[in-house]
Amino acid sequence: MAGRLSTIGVRITHAIPVILGVVVVSFLLTRALPGDPAVYFAGAAADEESIAEIRTALGLDKPLYEQFIIYAGDVATGDLGNSLSTGQPVLEDLANRLPASLELTLTALLLSCSIAIPLGVLAATRPGSAVDHLCRVLVTAGVSLPTFFTGVVLIYVFYYLLGIAPSPLGRLDFIYIEPDHVTGFYLIDAAIAGDWETWLGALKQLVLPAATLALFTLAPLARMTRAAMLSALSSDYIRTARAAGLTEDKVLFTYAFRNALLPVITTLGMVFSFTLGANVLVEKVFAWPGIGSYAVEALVVSDYAAVQGFVLAMALLFVALNLVIDLTYTLIDPRIGFETK
Amino acid sequence: MSDLASAPGTTKGTDSTFAHIVYVLRSNPVTLLAFAMFAVLLLTGILGPALVPYDPLQSNAARALQPPSFDHWFGTDNLGRDVLSRVVVATRLDLAISVAAVALSFVIGSVLGSIAGYWGGWLDAVLNRLFDTIMAFPLFVLAMGIVAALGNTVENIVYATAVINIPFYARLVRAEVNIRRDAGFAQAAKLAGNSDIQVLALHIFPNALPPMMVQVSLNLGWAILNAAGLSFIGLGVRPPTAEWGIMVAEGANFIVSGEWWLAIFPGLALMFAVFTFNLLGDGLRDIVDPRQRS
Repeated sequence: MAGRLSTIGVRITHAIPVILGVVVVSFLLTRALPGDPAVYFAGAAADEESIAEIRTALGLDKPLYEQFIIYAGDVATGDLGNSLSTGQPVLEDLANRLPASLELTLTALLLSCSIAIPLGVLAATRPGSAVDHLCRVLVTAGVSLPTFFTGVVLIYVFYYLLGIAPSPLGRLDFIYIEPDHVTGFYLIDAAIAGDWETWLGALKQLVLPAATLALFTLAPLARMTRAAMLSALSSDYIRTARAAGLTEDKVLFTYAFRNALLPVITTLGMVFSFTLGANVLVEKVFAWPGIGSYAVEALVVSDYAAVQGFVLAMALLFVALNLVIDLTYTLIDPRIGFETK
Repeated sequence: MSDLASAPGTTKGTDSTFAHIVYVLRSNPVTLLAFAMFAVLLLTGILGPALVPYDPLQSNAARALQPPSFDHWFGTDNLGRDVLSRVVVATRLDLAISVAAVALSFVIGSVLGSIAGYWGGWLDAVLNRLFDTIMAFPLFVLAMGIVAALGNTVENIVYATAVINIPFYARLVRAEVNIRRDAGFAQAAKLAGNSDIQVLALHIFPNALPPMMVQVSLNLGWAILNAAGLSFIGLGVRPPTAEWGIMVAEGANFIVSGEWWLAIFPGLALMFAVFTFNLLGDGLRDIVDPRQRS
């Protein structure tokens, strides 16, 4: 156990240079603003003097490395600047809107895992069957689907043609009252409050955007599960297990599946990167009030602090997620050590 | 003299490569189909603007929002512009953006990857850290940040798409160069009096080209998706320019009232392009490396 703890410690220290790099890149992005930021922040009616004043106030007259230290200090204390459009601190805005995005993303990932993994396993155990072909078609078609287009098609079919989906505007129809804020996840909050009508309303709103995101993540997950399962099934220990007379279920689930799960978890990290990007598009299509649509609204009005805060927050979220995935990996597979790499 | 000696060998090599390509295409008609689809896409991009029945920017309020008909195969949009003409004309811009971005990342990635793989040392370490940092961002989000920071233009979409693709090329080239750094043929070339750069560029780097071509093809599809996604959220391409992403975005406003042709046709064109490049990439992989066939 001590060895495992030190492995975890080593992995966490590996994340530090990456976080540093992320902060450097986002600093460079804020300093690469078109034109002079001081002129921009001073507004249209500013004269030379007030521009110089603002330049001093923003610290733009200092050398670049000093500016960076100030920026890093601000980031460390959670100060990402104020949003021009909402007038609130960017961090607060992001924190308010994060639950909406997380609820959507996690539901989508859960949905796609619960379809992709069984599909991949079935395709691998029955090569050449109808399931295998279905899996292949899905995988090739899935990677070619533009998320925003899938969303639009789903709205047309399920809202306009069939009329079974609610109008694609946000998390909850206006006839329902928002559940009391506990976790920020409407499904959980409504369940805690015992308000099942609102729960159903929130679920209805969630289904289409979650399905859009899930369709997008289905392909890489199913492809990886199928490949990992195939390679696990052709390995020596499976042959040994079969020769020892174990039941097919035992061989499949206890031996093959558990080993196939490792590369699938790695893929999950990559898929999450795509999902965080696709989230922005899906939130725009469904007017979902998450951090993605916040960034899009900020982009439209050139609210740079909000956009850069969003980029930084997403990167840090992604780094943290990769850390969690790697740590899960060490817990599942004791063979993994980071010292050897 | 050496030219004469190597000439028959080269011809034979080309012949067997050609035979292999023919064999792969025959045994895998899907790849042939992919090449045909690619040709359609390319021709549309080149000849499209000359072939379209209407001016893609010409609005006409009298025939706004008409469903597909014999006059307007893909219908008309809210300003009465012909959707078919706009979808066809957009091909050139979408292809140009993604080809330019992929070409940029191919060149920059090759140079950086070659340097890292050939000389190693601190340069390698620094470059690797840089690529790690780029990959630490969700890539689409990083592209958004870059376009927001550099300014909202089509060129910056190209740069942003190039930047997020560079690590893939650089890592591939680095690996291919690194394993051949001390190979016999590289040492022989060096003993024959070639400089490091000559050995790297003329003898080692060409070995990385086949896997790079596969990467390019798979990447093009992704670059188109990325560029269309950026213009979908209002970055880069401005209206009234015809571009698939922005057309889907504009059409999305009408989908809830049932005018499906505005968004569906440009979306299908986008899917067709991405699908073509993905099929092509898989097909090229079969030709380049038959062992990786799944």
